[in-house]
Amino acid sequence: MRKVYLLEDLCCANCAAKIEKKVAALDGVDSASVNFLTTKLIIEADEAAAGDLDAAVRKIVRKVEPDVTVREIAK
Amino acid sequence: MKKRIVRIAVAAVLLAAGLVLHHLEYALPTLLVCVASYLLTGYRVLWKAGRNILHGKVFDENFLMSIATLGAFIVGEYPEAAAVMLFYQIGEMFEDMAVKRSRRSITELMNICPDTARRKTTDGSEIISPEDAAVGDVLLVAAGERIALDGTVLSGSAQIDTSALTGESVPRTVRQGDAVHSGCIDLDGTLEMRVDKPFTESTASKILELVENAAARKSRSENFITRFAAWYTPTVVVLAVLLAVVPPLVLHEPFGEWIYRALNFLVVSCPCALVISVPLSFFGGIGAASRTGILVKGSAYLEALCDASAIVMDKTGTLTEGVFEVTEIEPHGCDSAQLLRLAAGAEQFSSHPIAVSLRRACEDLPDDSQVTDVKAFAGKGVGAMVCGRNVLVGNETLLRENGVDCAHTDSIGTVVHVAADGIYAGRIVVSDRIKKDAPQTIRALRQSGLRTVMLSGDRRSAAEATAEALSLDAVHAELLPADKVTELEKILNEEKGRTVYVGDGINDAPVLARADVGVAMGALGSDAAIEAADVVLITDEIKKLVSVRSIAQRTMRIVRENIIFALAVKAAVLVSSALGLTGLWLAVFADVGVCVLAILNALRALKHNEK
Repeated sequence: MRKVYLLEDLCCANCAAKIEKKVAALDGVDSASVNFLTTKLIIEADEAAAGDLDAAVRKIVRKVEPDVTVREIAK
Repeated sequence: MKKRIVRIAVAAVLLAAGLVLHHLEYALPTLLVCVASYLLTGYRVLWKAGRNILHGKVFDENFLMSIATLGAFIVGEYPEAAAVMLFYQIGEMFEDMAVKRSRRSITELMNICPDTARRKTTDGSEIISPEDAAVGDVLLVAAGERIALDGTVLSGSAQIDTSALTGESVPRTVRQGDAVHSGCIDLDGTLEMRVDKPFTESTASKILELVENAAARKSRSENFITRFAAWYTPTVVVLAVLLAVVPPLVLHEPFGEWIYRALNFLVVSCPCALVISVPLSFFGGIGAASRTGILVKGSAYLEALCDASAIVMDKTGTLTEGVFEVTEIEPHGCDSAQLLRLAAGAEQFSSHPIAVSLRRACEDLPDDSQVTDVKAFAGKGVGAMVCGRNVLVGNETLLRENGVDCAHTDSIGTVVHVAADGIYAGRIVVSDRIKKDAPQTIRALRQSGLRTVMLSGDRRSAAEATAEALSLDAVHAELLPADKVTELEKILNEEKGRTVYVGDGINDAPVLARADVGVAMGALGSDAAIEAADVVLITDEIKKLVSVRSIAQRTMRIVRENIIFALAVKAAVLVSSALGLTGLWLAVFADVGVCVLAILNALRALKHNEK
C-alpha cells in the first residue's frame, strides 16, 4: 500500500532526513522517503498497518518539526 | 518577507549604536541596546529552541544558536552576541530564498501535467480535471494548450511540441489516427482526441511519478551524507563541551575564553549544508535529464553511470534501426523479380522483420490464394506452395536438409536462400541499417574511456560487420536471450567499474535487470520497458547515451564539490576556532553561508546545455 503526504512548510533538510528515518523505522513500513524539494513523504507499508500509520506519521512530524503541516494526498 | 527585512534592518541599526556605545565604554547602555537588537532578530530562535527542548529534541539549529549567543552574553561579548544572531538571521533569509528558488525551478520543470482538460459533451464542452477523464472520453485540445492524457486523434491536425517529454525541439505533425502523449503542447490546430489511458497511467503523470520517486533510490554519496550527519552533530557538541572544560582545568586558564571557543563549535555543528545540497544536486541532475527526454530512476544510477567502465549494447533496434532492407539479389536460373516474388510469396503470412522487408521489396506480390501449404521451420525458414511451385525460403541448413545444394557466402547481413521444386533459385541478402547517430555516439563513449561491447542474436558475420563499422571494442554474436545474460555476467566480473547495458527493453528485460545500469531505448508508451529499466531514453536516439553520461558526470562533480567544500570549510573553522584564531562570525558563515553557497552550486546541476 502506498501513502503520500504533503509536508507543508518543510524548510530544514536535516529535519526531512530525520522524519524519513523515523517513519521508515515504524512497524509495518517497508520504505519511506521524503523529497525535500516537492516536500512529499512517500510511504510503502503493509495493508495491516494502515490504521495506526496516519497518527504515527503525524506524531513524528510534530515532534521533529512542529511548524510543518501534514496533509495526506488522495490518489 | 518584508517584515523580516525591516526587523533585520532595525536590529542592524541598534547593533551599530551598540558598537559605538561599546567603544565609548558605556557598559550598561551597550548591554541594553545589544539585548534589544538580539531579541528583535533572535526571539523566534529562542522560542523555538525552548519549545523543541520540551518536545525532547535537543540538538537542533535553534538550540545551538541560542546556547552560542547566550553564552556570548554571559562571557561579556554583548555586541558580538547580537551581531552573530543578526548575521545568522541574514544567512537564514538567504537560505530560505535559495531553497524557494530551487523549488520553483523544479516545479517549473515538472509542470508537464495541465490542471484541466476540456471534455466534449452533447451540447458543447465542459472543463474537467484530468483525473476525472475516463477512457473513451472525447477531449478538445485548442492551440496553445497542453495535452492532458494519452489518446488518439479523432479529427483535426496540428503541430505538437513534444520537447517536455523527448527534449526534441522540432515539432511533430499529428493527424487523425495518430497517437498523442500527455505533456505535449498543441502549437497550432484544434484537435479532437479520444482518451486511451486514464490519468494515472498517462505518460506525463508516469514521468512525474518516476522523477519524484527517484529520491527513494539513493546513491552511495547520499547515504554517506545522511550517515555522516547523524554522528557529526553529536561529535562536534561533545568536542565543544570538552573544549570548554578540559583546557581551563589542565592549563589553569580562565573559563571565559575557552567557553567562547566552544561556542564556535556549537554554531558549526549543524550539518544542514551537507544534508541539503547533495540530494538537491542529484535531483537537479535527474531534472536536467528528464528535460532532455531521459528518465533516471534514482540518484544511484547517475552515480553508477559516472563510475561506468563498460557499455554493453544490443545490436538490433539499439545500434541499428531494426528495419531490414533487401540489399542484394542474386538469382540462379531466373531473374531478380521472379526470385523476389517466390521468396516474398512464401513469406506472405509471416510477421518476421525479414519477411516484411521481402514483401516491401517485391513489386508484384502473388495473391493470397496463390500461396498454400505454408510450413514454418523454426529458426530455419519457411516452405510453401507459391503459384504452383514448391518453394523453400531460409538458411543454408534448411536447404541442405531438403537436399538442395547452395554455395556458402560471407555477405554482410542476413542471407536468405531460395529453392523452387528442389532446385536452387538464388539468394537474397537482407540487412539492417546502422543508426545515423550511432557512429558519433560510439566515438564519444570510447573517448570518455568506456569499453564498448555489442551483444547480438544475429549471425556472426552480420554482427561483426556492424561492430567493425562502428569500431566497437568487442562483439559477441549468435546469442540466445539467455546467453546474453551469461555474456553480460562475464563482463560484469571482468570490469573494474560499473557496467551499463543498453537495449530496447522488449525482449531483453532479464539483461536490463542484471546490469548495474539498465538503459531502455525508445520507450515512450511502453510500460514494460519503463518498468524493467533503470534509465529510460524516451526517444530511440542512441546519442542520448552521451547526454545522460555527461549529465551524470556533471552532477557527480557538483556533488563532490559540495561535500568537499562544506567539509573543508567546517573543518577549517573548527580548527581555527579551537586555536582561538577566529570568532563566532566566521562560525556563522561556516553554517548558513556554506549552506547558501552549496544550494546555489547544486542548482547548477539543473542546467544542461545540449551541445
